[in-house]
Amino acid sequence: MSATETVTLPGSLADKGGPAQALLIVKDLRKYFPVRGGIFGRRQAMVQAVDGVSFSVEKGETLGIVGESGCGKSTTARLLIGLTEKDAGEIIFDGQGLGGELSPRELRRGVQMVFQDSYASLNPRLTIEDSIAFGARVQGLDDPVGRAHRLMARVGLDPTRFAQRYPHELSGGQRQRINIARALAMSPRLVILDEAVSALDKSVEAQVLNLLVDLRGEFGLTYIFISHDLNVVRYISDRILVMYLGEVVEVGPVDAIWSAQAHPYTRSLFSAMPSMDPDNRTKTPPLSGDPPNPIDPPEGCRFHTRCRFADSVCKTRAPKLLEMPQTPGHLAACHLHDPASGHPKAGTEVMG
Amino acid sequence: MTEKLVDIRNLTVRFKGARTVYAINDLSLSLKQGETLALLGESGSGKSVTLKTLLRLLPPRRSEIEGEIRVNGTDVQALSGKALQSYRGGEVSMVFQDPGLALDPVYTVGAQIAEAVMRHKGLRKEEAISTAFDMLQRVHIPSPERRLRNYPHELSGGMRQRVMIALALACRPRLLLADEPTTALDATVQIQILLLLRDLQREFGMGVIFVTHDIGVAVEVSERIAVMYAGRIVEEGTTHEIINDPRHPYTRGLLAANLHDIARGERLNAIPGAPPALEEPPSGCSFAPRCPMAGPVCRAGVPDFVNLGPRRRVACLRVDPVPAE
Repeated sequence: MSATETVTLPGSLADKGGPAQALLIVKDLRKYFPVRGGIFGRRQAMVQAVDGVSFSVEKGETLGIVGESGCGKSTTARLLIGLTEKDAGEIIFDGQGLGGELSPRELRRGVQMVFQDSYASLNPRLTIEDSIAFGARVQGLDDPVGRAHRLMARVGLDPTRFAQRYPHELSGGQRQRINIARALAMSPRLVILDEAVSALDKSVEAQVLNLLVDLRGEFGLTYIFISHDLNVVRYISDRILVMYLGEVVEVGPVDAIWSAQAHPYTRSLFSAMPSMDPDNRTKTPPLSGDPPNPIDPPEGCRFHTRCRFADSVCKTRAPKLLEMPQTPGHLAACHLHDPASGHPKAGTEVMG
Repeated sequence: MTEKLVDIRNLTVRFKGARTVYAINDLSLSLKQGETLALLGESGSGKSVTLKTLLRLLPPRRSEIEGEIRVNGTDVQALSGKALQSYRGGEVSMVFQDPGLALDPVYTVGAQIAEAVMRHKGLRKEEAISTAFDMLQRVHIPSPERRLRNYPHELSGGMRQRVMIALALACRPRLLLADEPTTALDATVQIQILLLLRDLQREFGMGVIFVTHDIGVAVEVSERIAVMYAGRIVEEGTTHEIINDPRHPYTRGLLAANLHDIARGERLNAIPGAPPALEEPPSGCSFAPRCPMAGPVCRAGVPDFVNLGPRRRVACLRVDPVPAE
């Protein structure tokens, strides 16, 4: 999957930084949402949806983002395409910073998104053809209708049958194909798939995953794939990023994380997957209780309230993302892996 | 007769309106006392309609129901008035997917559980409250005496689902119907609720019908699985048999689509097409249009069940006589 030999979609933004330049770099991204209450609608508290998130996405790779509800994965996605305005942090697309050299309009040529709810994300009053051609028309790309027809055919929907239909006349799987075609109509280089296959039935989900893999190879696309389904994320991603309460707790190559989860939260998330073996069912739940409220996240390491390895240092000091010595590119934010942290079990293999 | 807790025979459910929907087509199913059965299927396969029929929750004017449904020997279709009221919640109760919608927002959770106990068991208020307290303890809610006085919105999603389970089990029903009770929950909470249900089933010894679209969830909770497609059961057997020796092409496709143990980048063996619209009664095997093994004979008539063993059946004409491996 090297970025040098890819065929791009017609009208794609030109590659500026070359293959060595990461397509997307995110630095210290932060977004707090105010919660208003009381008689005068005063600001009462802040939901710390995304708090100091940094990562990068190489050209041609797929980054999977996993985490439970409220961990900030969808907010991160929305910040990346400017649907929600960030409070702080930098977004650098192919070497150009958003807000500086790169305008939001240009960013949206380069980055497109597919949402979970296939119906809510299509305009019910536009035909399929108009929906797909809309963005291309606004951006002044040539032949929007021809583009729409070619992409419909590519995602497996015959344009002669479907072009004039409306979203309610299609099944969930077909609508999600339309959403993918619409995202591709802008000739993006990065596609953010936010739970894009989660609402589909399993048999249809497999079809759409096959399509996404084909399109990625064909057009040299880069994906950010957000899902709560670890099996799906593992299948499609090169690297995985794990979020918990607005922070990155672990990031690394899929195989490294699959074989040895470094953060206790990631370990719990993996143990919570149903076993699929009737003779060897799960005996004890890996965690008790629900994730804490992001309005008032715990001090120190945000996971310490549910972590069975938590020590006094975890309650006071937030751990840094550090690289695992044995596996380059595999980072985790846990005092257990930092010999200098002062955690009594730091550096020992407590997780087994 | 009474050995079977649930006995559904040749159930057919049609919804009438601007168009007719053939939701359930000739479904037969039985459940023994103390058994846990997972009804596995995708959206529109009729699994939730089967549960609602068992509780008589379908709108009577718009639905046509044929066939026989007996729960513990009682003809459910013939129930009405007081008898139906005490059947619902007393004999059979249900846990829904969204506890936020199923609980009443204006009463405390303690009052809601106590009300059910007073109504069905005829207990006085203080006794009912102490039953509610006992139930909250059994579903492992921390500080139950405080939680009794909480309103549903003050609880987290996982906690609400625990309350829902406490409410459903407070009157010690013989049969618990669970309609995707963990689908809306996070992974780490889902496994807690699944294990809780498994423990409570063992403790109380009730029969459970658990509706889910997730094979992994079915494996965790059930001892038997019935796979549904387009309003019919296409395969039934023990969980072990369904997972390790699936015979129906649809079951095999579903297992493959679970992506468990699939190599990265390997092409998925996806079932093509989409489920049928159910606007006509089935004239052949409903899965034939998507089936790699289908032939003219599959479209000619609805396939009968092939019995592969005691309580092990497959509705497929092309079923292999020997296990695939």
